[in-house]
Amino acid sequence: MTAELLARAQFAFTAAIHYLYPPLSIGLGLALVMMEGLWLKTGNPKFHSMARFWTRIFALTFAIGVATGIVMEFEFGTNWATYSRFVGDIFGSALAAEGIFAFFLESGFLALLLFGWNKVGPRMHFFATCMVAFGAHFSAVWIVVANSWMQTPAGYHLETVVNGKTVVLPSDYVVAAADLTRVRAVVDDFWAMVFNPSTLDRLTHVVLGAWLAGAFLIVSISAYYVLRNRHLDFAKASLKIGLGFAAVACVLQMVSADFTAKGVARNQPIKLAAMEGVYATAPRTPMTLFGYVDAKNETVTGPKIPGLLSLLAWGSIDKPVVGLRDLPDAKFLLAHHPGATPQEFPALRKSYWPNAPLVFQFYHLMIIAGVAMLAVVAAACFFWWRGWLFDTSRPATRWLLTALIFSVLGPQIANQAGWFAAEMGRQPWIVYGLLKTSDSLSKVVTANQIVVSLVLFALVYALLFAMFIFLLTRKIQHGPDEEEELPDSWKALIRTNPRA
Amino acid sequence: MTLPDLNIIWYILVGVLFTGYVMLDGFDLGVGALHLFVKKDEHRRLFLNAIGPVWDGNEVWLVTGGGALFAAFPEAYATVFSGFYLAFMLLLCSLIFRAVAIEFRSKEEWTWWRQFWDVAFSAGSFVAALLIGVAMGNIVRGIPLDADHEFAGTFLGLLNPYALLMGITTVLLFAMHGAIYLAMKTDGELLEIVSGWIPRLIGLFLVSYLLFNIYTLLAVPWVLETVRARPHVLIVVAANVLIVLNIPREIHKGRTFSAFLSSCAAMGLMMATFGLTYFPNMVLSAPDPANSLTITNAASTDKTLGIMLVIAIIGVPLVLAYTASIYWVFRGKTSLTKHSY
Repeated sequence: MTAELLARAQFAFTAAIHYLYPPLSIGLGLALVMMEGLWLKTGNPKFHSMARFWTRIFALTFAIGVATGIVMEFEFGTNWATYSRFVGDIFGSALAAEGIFAFFLESGFLALLLFGWNKVGPRMHFFATCMVAFGAHFSAVWIVVANSWMQTPAGYHLETVVNGKTVVLPSDYVVAAADLTRVRAVVDDFWAMVFNPSTLDRLTHVVLGAWLAGAFLIVSISAYYVLRNRHLDFAKASLKIGLGFAAVACVLQMVSADFTAKGVARNQPIKLAAMEGVYATAPRTPMTLFGYVDAKNETVTGPKIPGLLSLLAWGSIDKPVVGLRDLPDAKFLLAHHPGATPQEFPALRKSYWPNAPLVFQFYHLMIIAGVAMLAVVAAACFFWWRGWLFDTSRPATRWLLTALIFSVLGPQIANQAGWFAAEMGRQPWIVYGLLKTSDSLSKVVTANQIVVSLVLFALVYALLFAMFIFLLTRKIQHGPDEEEELPDSWKALIRTNPRA
Repeated sequence: MTLPDLNIIWYILVGVLFTGYVMLDGFDLGVGALHLFVKKDEHRRLFLNAIGPVWDGNEVWLVTGGGALFAAFPEAYATVFSGFYLAFMLLLCSLIFRAVAIEFRSKEEWTWWRQFWDVAFSAGSFVAALLIGVAMGNIVRGIPLDADHEFAGTFLGLLNPYALLMGITTVLLFAMHGAIYLAMKTDGELLEIVSGWIPRLIGLFLVSYLLFNIYTLLAVPWVLETVRARPHVLIVVAANVLIVLNIPREIHKGRTFSAFLSSCAAMGLMMATFGLTYFPNMVLSAPDPANSLTITNAASTDKTLGIMLVIAIIGVPLVLAYTASIYWVFRGKTSLTKHSY
């Protein structure tokens, strides 16, 4: 394999494993705020035992998220030094802001959340819980800002140094590999960089995906207890909170998905065409529900709904979605390949296409996972409304609870697949339309070095993942403590529930 | 503000972030390096819980320092991290291991389980401290850079005797710092054990520190030249020597907290000495100093440095406030509870 593929594989692997954990921290963090808030409001010890139990699960995911996250901060420099030099002026500030604003907040208040039960009062503890959740969301903000800038760069210009003087390059300047030691992208307008065309859509989509990850973890573990007839009081209350949270997040996510897809249609037409395997431009572009893309013959096989893609992308079934055969457009090709003839266009175009068969599969896997989550939540809410949800004597309820146990995989699959579609769909670019991934590597790092580190990380992360699953299972088996002891200093401050 | 002013401010700020990192994570890496020297399970748990509420925040200084270096001096970030590739990968793995070891270790009672994570925690801390020192040693001595500021050396070249001596000195410095921290956080039998270590660790550190300084004067020619040109650096050096010698004095008088503050100040002054002599370089190129990365040729635009300064002015006071309050809330001797590691 080439150094480029290895560097991509290593980054993808470390980022994908890392991304199992932060969404759980974000989603669970918000759930902890709800649970502790309910406890302080009602004084019901059930919510206290809930807050304690889910805090222990949270601590586990958070620790691994932090440990695997340090790698990400440095991997831009280790694997993508040329990229770092080229975009450091823009990209670095988002990462630094994440450190200063989000990580310190999270890690500082996490100490109070985990170890502060008998060190501070209940209000301060609740405040710490809120700050941890807020910090987790804030770190998502900055990292999505940085990534969105790579998808839809804005608020920058290119510059170079000639005879010691800085020269601003025209906005249509085409960056060549040989330029990369002297041309760089620099900030023009910080807020235009932060709120680049895809930031808000993608941030919403990512945060809702994280909420789903947290909500379904709660749903899954609670459903397991209900089905096994264990910790019933606790499990029923947790399941209700988890389901409510999941239902809200699911519905919002559908809206967000629509906005995100329209944004991709507007900003990254090649990515949209690859996601759906659209090769020919035709009105009433159909959407393929599932299937596969044959890149060689440029066809898609699978059930299609005519006009649906046009409708979703443009809000009109008649407006065509431009196919890969017409992308990128002639103007772009002539700018990048001066003097190219129209006969050469088809071959040139292919060099700007992502791997459509894979991008298609990842994108559709995300959608299928999303629809499955919506379906299982809808069914569970229906059962809840009819009062069947906890009636384990019904076979249908037992089936549903089993489905809910497995539902924890839904958001994880959707989050991973969505990111793979987003990042692979951006190829061959590292910064869309501006800088190619193949030009962004660290020049001094050899393929062998990457192999060594990839093997190292594969072993370490496999061990970590095994430990995570093992300890999570143990915590689930141990279950919540029905009577959590309350620090003496808190007793006077918490209103005890008359029913308790 | 003009460009050079902002570059100097960011040179200082990046220095402050990394200094914060060595002062804070320095003691918890030191605690890790000493972890296997206590045998009782209760004592090892007390070690872990002494740093329990703070190690995570301490490590954020490294992450933020890295982010600030990326934003303010992207060329230096790219050169060092790609140049020290394998060394950084090892550093990252050791930091991962020690982080999860803290979380996992006391979750199960089995002897083999606890032993495995004890070793992971201790070895991870030791290797991390060593590699940080080795990286720093290479930066001080200078590394081969080409005209495009790309690293032109090898992995084995980074493991030269000078850098390794700095690595060992760093381990001893962190171990001493960690032991003094532990003396503040423990009592009874464990305090006696830890107190017995401190004089020996101080002695070992002083010997290593002296050797390192002699080696620096002999092997790193630019240091003497710079000090001749900037005699005011000697004031900081003198203060540094005094504060280092103050550590055993405070320990002798039984003032652990003052000894810890002295140890922090010693680290701060070492970084200040380095910063003042190294200026305006970010990464010194040796043997060809013309290819060095400086605060001018490695920096982002003044616009970005200005934006980052606003971020720092808002963020740093908040960070200091959280850090101070967490240390205040968790002050005093560590005791084990149900929620402990």
